[in-house]
Amino acid sequence: MTTLTLAISGSGGAGAISTGELLLQLAARNGCYGMLKKTFSPQIRGGESAAILRLGDAPVSTIPAKIDLLIALDWQNFARFADEVPIGDSTLVLQAGPGEPPPGIHSSRLFTIDAAQKAADADSNWVNMFVLGMLARGLDCASETATELLAVRLQKHAQDTTAAARRALLAGYGEALPQPLQARLQALHCAPDAARADRWLASGNQMAALGALEAGVRFVAAYPITPASDLLEWLAQHIEPYGGHLVQAEDELAAINMVIGASFGGVPALTATSGPGMALMSESMGLAVASETAAVVVDVMRGGPSTGIPTKSEQSDLNLALYGLHGDAPHIVLAAQSIADCHFTTAWGVQLATQLQTLVIVLSDQFLGQSLQVFDAPADACPQAVLKRAGDTEPYLRYRDTASGISPIALPGEPGHMYTAEGLEHGENAIPSPRSLDHRTQLDKRQRKLSDFDFGERWAELSGEVEASTLLICMGSVSAAALEARALLADQGQASAVLCLRLLAPLPLATLRELLDAASRLLVIEHNHSAQLWHYLRSLLPQYRFASLALPGPTLIQPRDILAALEPAHVA
Amino acid sequence: MSLKAKDYKSGIKPIWCPGCGHYGVLNAITKAMAARELDTHNTAIISGIGCSSRLPAYVSSYGFHGVHGRSLPLATGLKVARPDLEVVAVGGDGDGFSIGGNHFLHACRRNVDIVYIAMDNEVYGMTKGQASPTSPETWLSGKLTPHGTENRPFQPCAIALASGAGFIARGYSGDPNGLAQLIFEGLAFPGFAFIHVLSQCVTFVPEQTAWKQQVHSLDDIPSTAAEAAALIHADDGFSKGILFRSPRPVFPREHASTTADPRQAFAV
Repeated sequence: MTTLTLAISGSGGAGAISTGELLLQLAARNGCYGMLKKTFSPQIRGGESAAILRLGDAPVSTIPAKIDLLIALDWQNFARFADEVPIGDSTLVLQAGPGEPPPGIHSSRLFTIDAAQKAADADSNWVNMFVLGMLARGLDCASETATELLAVRLQKHAQDTTAAARRALLAGYGEALPQPLQARLQALHCAPDAARADRWLASGNQMAALGALEAGVRFVAAYPITPASDLLEWLAQHIEPYGGHLVQAEDELAAINMVIGASFGGVPALTATSGPGMALMSESMGLAVASETAAVVVDVMRGGPSTGIPTKSEQSDLNLALYGLHGDAPHIVLAAQSIADCHFTTAWGVQLATQLQTLVIVLSDQFLGQSLQVFDAPADACPQAVLKRAGDTEPYLRYRDTASGISPIALPGEPGHMYTAEGLEHGENAIPSPRSLDHRTQLDKRQRKLSDFDFGERWAELSGEVEASTLLICMGSVSAAALEARALLADQGQASAVLCLRLLAPLPLATLRELLDAASRLLVIEHNHSAQLWHYLRSLLPQYRFASLALPGPTLIQPRDILAALEPAHVA
Repeated sequence: MSLKAKDYKSGIKPIWCPGCGHYGVLNAITKAMAARELDTHNTAIISGIGCSSRLPAYVSSYGFHGVHGRSLPLATGLKVARPDLEVVAVGGDGDGFSIGGNHFLHACRRNVDIVYIAMDNEVYGMTKGQASPTSPETWLSGKLTPHGTENRPFQPCAIALASGAGFIARGYSGDPNGLAQLIFEGLAFPGFAFIHVLSQCVTFVPEQTAWKQQVHSLDDIPSTAAEAAALIHADDGFSKGILFRSPRPVFPREHASTTADPRQAFAV
């Protein structure tokens, strides 16, 4: 596989991210795979931002630490994210704007172009579009495609604005890249220009939103929070044609209760948030469990605690998702495995919530949620919301103690089955009861409906042969790095397998034990500081010796970190 | 055959103290439901936590007894998702104006077609006698505020008006027929209808039995928000009747939308 990693950086508002997004679109039209990681500060203007793109002739799902090319629209605030955009010994740098480059860039690898002047010569101030034109030409992308994609992107802008951007873009097409940069772009072999329906370009947040919609979600409550807002914004644009509604709530407390209210009415409902928002939802998530009302909460995790690092990825809400509810409140925790898998996992979450009448937390993270990737369109049939309706059972008992633990649900509007959903402990008839027998019966029932449920094959994805190998255990966005580490280990003649957990709670322990027994060593890899997944697995499976690799954000875990953790000195 | 008020009671015995004002509110709600000829199964009564929030189970209808302070978002989600249902939120002054205060403001603004009945006894009864947001500043019996609340009482009707509620009324639990009429009007009103009910707590604020002598009826319904504001600010807090009624567009509104397969936008 041939890949090329380039970063486009600039101060906030310079357009580094849009330049990167358009370049990825163009490369995808040319037959390339690729992904784009966005890195930015929380402020809108005056901060720093960078798009880090990795393009390849085969699917790519990680961003390596090493950058081949750096395109600096300017150098303002570059130092603030220098550790996320590390300039290596072989990195070629194109300085397209003002400012002093950081020290350590050898003059033989630094190229400059006055893009502002060149854009001005074309009667335009779209410096980033001039740079895009240069890069797109370097990738042999057709200028007609570039102007078409630009027009779509700027369709809400005034005509003279669009025209100025287009002039800069085309002027950029007239400017050749310095030869060493051009040579690196040329090394990527892309297929001829063609639009194709079987390959998608999307973010994890978009895929989660699409999965929700296709699974049957018709009510969404939304309170803005980085990095989940764009998931909700996508649904705001798309839910109404399906007869659904999105309500912007006054806070997260309202959002989760709106979801519970809609779901009580039989309409599959979802909200999305990040750690601080989910903490606010915690009390009412307990209500969903106690009242046995389906609720789906997507947590696009970011660096915490408190406001933390809102725009950067981390997997540090696992404890909150697993243990953050008061009382004994069994619920389901899922983790999306990749950008594409945000579609399946969210849809599965909707299905499980409705089928088991409980709370499902779907964990994603900023890297999955906001990175863009080119991937093969999902082929799986999308899981669908399911409700086990009351039928004609007499007398109707909303919280009937059934063998499966799942009680038939009646929906408002059905004569003869009226009941009041309860957050107070209750008897089978839904009438509040503090009696120990009722409490025990209902606790057992709510646990049993999860413990006895057959979650099927999709509880995890296993890559490789476990027998006598090193098993790398992970969740979410770490899985891509683990899979790359596995390939590197194979090159060194070491057998390893990757187990990426999708169903974190309830954990299917019997199935998991079979895998753990077969492996020769176990390493739990996660993107947080306190080894939350490692502690969780150890608590449920104390007989196994798990090693731990836990690294906090904002930098991503790299395959080389995993290899280093497997060195004998580390494991001891 | 149309149902009588008693047919709207579930038969479950309320947990309320003898003499509690909430019995009168329950009677008024069932009378209004009968007068509106509501289908029991097409009605949902939503509440939070507190003595008054136990009411849904006592009505023959669907109901949801949720967490403290969140009845309005719960009711909002249900009504937006199921516009075919008649949705009524109920609760007390602590539930609605303290822990749920933010939702009250935004429910008034949002104008979803629900009725909100707030039973105000100026005390946290279920937790046994702490001051609530509507307790008088000089009330010395609050168990957490031995010097009085030293806080201005919350003004539910003034806040509702300022927040954009299109229907504001005040009733008294000791006058269930008058209250039933207000609830009837609230159910008929298109949009968010707020009904503030003076509903005494005989256990922790026994002096509220004097409310019977203090309440009085309003003659006219103010025709503008400015008139309503003047009335509400000049009022002694014991006026019964409709304080404001002015319909405006209800949420969610209808939008023309075109069906396009969202998958197409992701194709490279």
